[in-house]
Amino acid sequence: MPSPLLPVLLADAVLPEDPATRFIRLLTVFLLAMWVGFEVITKVPQRLHTPLTSGSNAISGITAVGAIVVAGAMATRLGTLLGLLAVVLAMINVVGGFVVTHRMLEMFNPKKK
Amino acid sequence: MSSQALINLAYLAASMLFIVAFKLMTGPRTAVRGNYLGAAGMVIAILAACCEGPVVARLTSVGSGNLVWLAIAAAIGSVIGAVMALKYPMTGMPQMVALLNGFGGAASAIVAGAELWNAASAAEVPLPAWTQFAIATAFTGLIGAVTLWGSFVAFAKLEELPRFKKAWTDPNRHWINLALAAATLLLIWGVCSHPSWILLYWLLVIVGSALGCTLTMPIGGADMPVVICLLNSYSGLAAAAAGFVIDNSVLVIAGSLVGASGLILTAIMCQAMNRSLTGVLFGGLGTTTAANADDVYAGKVKSASAEEIAMVLEGAERVVIVPGYGLAVAQAQHAVRELANALEKRGATVEYAIHPVAGRMPGHMNVLLAEADIPYEKLREMDDINPTFPETDVAIVIGANDVVNPAARTDPQSPIAGMPILDVDKAKTVVVVKRSLSPGFAGIPNPLFAADNTLMYFADGKKAILDLTAALQRG
Repeated sequence: MPSPLLPVLLADAVLPEDPATRFIRLLTVFLLAMWVGFEVITKVPQRLHTPLTSGSNAISGITAVGAIVVAGAMATRLGTLLGLLAVVLAMINVVGGFVVTHRMLEMFNPKKK
Repeated sequence: MSSQALINLAYLAASMLFIVAFKLMTGPRTAVRGNYLGAAGMVIAILAACCEGPVVARLTSVGSGNLVWLAIAAAIGSVIGAVMALKYPMTGMPQMVALLNGFGGAASAIVAGAELWNAASAAEVPLPAWTQFAIATAFTGLIGAVTLWGSFVAFAKLEELPRFKKAWTDPNRHWINLALAAATLLLIWGVCSHPSWILLYWLLVIVGSALGCTLTMPIGGADMPVVICLLNSYSGLAAAAAGFVIDNSVLVIAGSLVGASGLILTAIMCQAMNRSLTGVLFGGLGTTTAANADDVYAGKVKSASAEEIAMVLEGAERVVIVPGYGLAVAQAQHAVRELANALEKRGATVEYAIHPVAGRMPGHMNVLLAEADIPYEKLREMDDINPTFPETDVAIVIGANDVVNPAARTDPQSPIAGMPILDVDKAKTVVVVKRSLSPGFAGIPNPLFAADNTLMYFADGKKAILDLTAALQRG
């Protein structure tokens, strides 16, 4: 049985947020994620710099999410076309990035050969 | 639970997977798993995006038409990406990564443009000025455009297309950049204060594109590792900015992770060259007086044949191979492994000294040598291998120049003074395989070539190594 608190929490979450609060929420997320990024990446050894560059490159294709939302909404003809173009480009980035990274990492792994 | 809450939970799961992926990428054994987890996070985020309110709302009015279109677009992109990634030769990885990076930046700029068009078309009154939406849209367009065109120019340079081979050093370029920067600021202000004037946004994208070109064109080949890292960082920041446009936290988190990782790698690369980031971006190299090439080399350069070098190698117990970009150009990595095998058969130990900025992207030499099945443990980092050079019988430098120039250590007037280098000059004998005495990217003579313990072998890298191996096996 779900907690009686749950509906209250969720109801609160869907209340409209004022623009400043929303901005500060995203800014908090942005700065904390930057911080986590700095902390995690500082320890990468030099020999893994290339796969790290291409792996993070693949993750920057996350903009595919934005492209899907704007294209899928089909709000205007031009907006949809641009959105679909962005989906194509972002997916090239995502799939190409992960596959290239995998190819590079395979080469570092002598067992597989 | 509302469906939006579930979608947000999925985004949260994806974000956590990205962070764990980055964490695992820091170890050689866990990196493959890290890459899989990153891909899994991406799949989750993309599926969640397909369930977003605006996408599902259209399902009822157009059947599943929008999902079909999305699937087609995603399939086209995935196939192109997979084919590029699988077909491109491993030696071309730097330009491949640059190209993929550019597409990501372009996608972010286009998303912001499409959102702006939709918002302006739906609104009956002009969009309010200086909102999060307007400001984030301006920045996404700018950073995305700079990323796209900067990456294209980097690709052209790395691919050595003739037109881009030489760094662009027009004396007026600082004024051109200044004018473009001024136009950029003006247009950012314009988009923020009049978001409904869509033309301003696309003008900003055009000026950003020009800026991406003019900022990357003056940067020389040897500084490419820095540029690749920086552009990588930009593509992440563009995605994060797009997250502010559409109020989406997974874009902000993934984008800022990439932004941070790119910035750190940029700092590491700059440090490895003892250069400031502004120096790399705007300066080219300083104009401090360099020693005259004729004075340095006059009568002191000893050229040797394959047979003579093979004789030296025959007596060597410890050999260190120093690869540089020339090795990548000559595609000599397999030949190098043959040589190392021949040496090891004679009982010598062979190791490889990798300078952090050798090659055209971070860690380039490691990937190249790994492709030739050279064991990972034999690739040693600079600080690790430098103390061992005095005990090294022969150091073989293949296609590297500035990273082994002792002037960085000895001549405070040199443009590369203070740059950490591989101390190959301390080895008993140094063999330098090079096509000619032409200077490296820094454009300065290398006293190493005239040193008493140096033998120059003038030839193309691959042919030289093959001849050397043959001479060694005959001897």
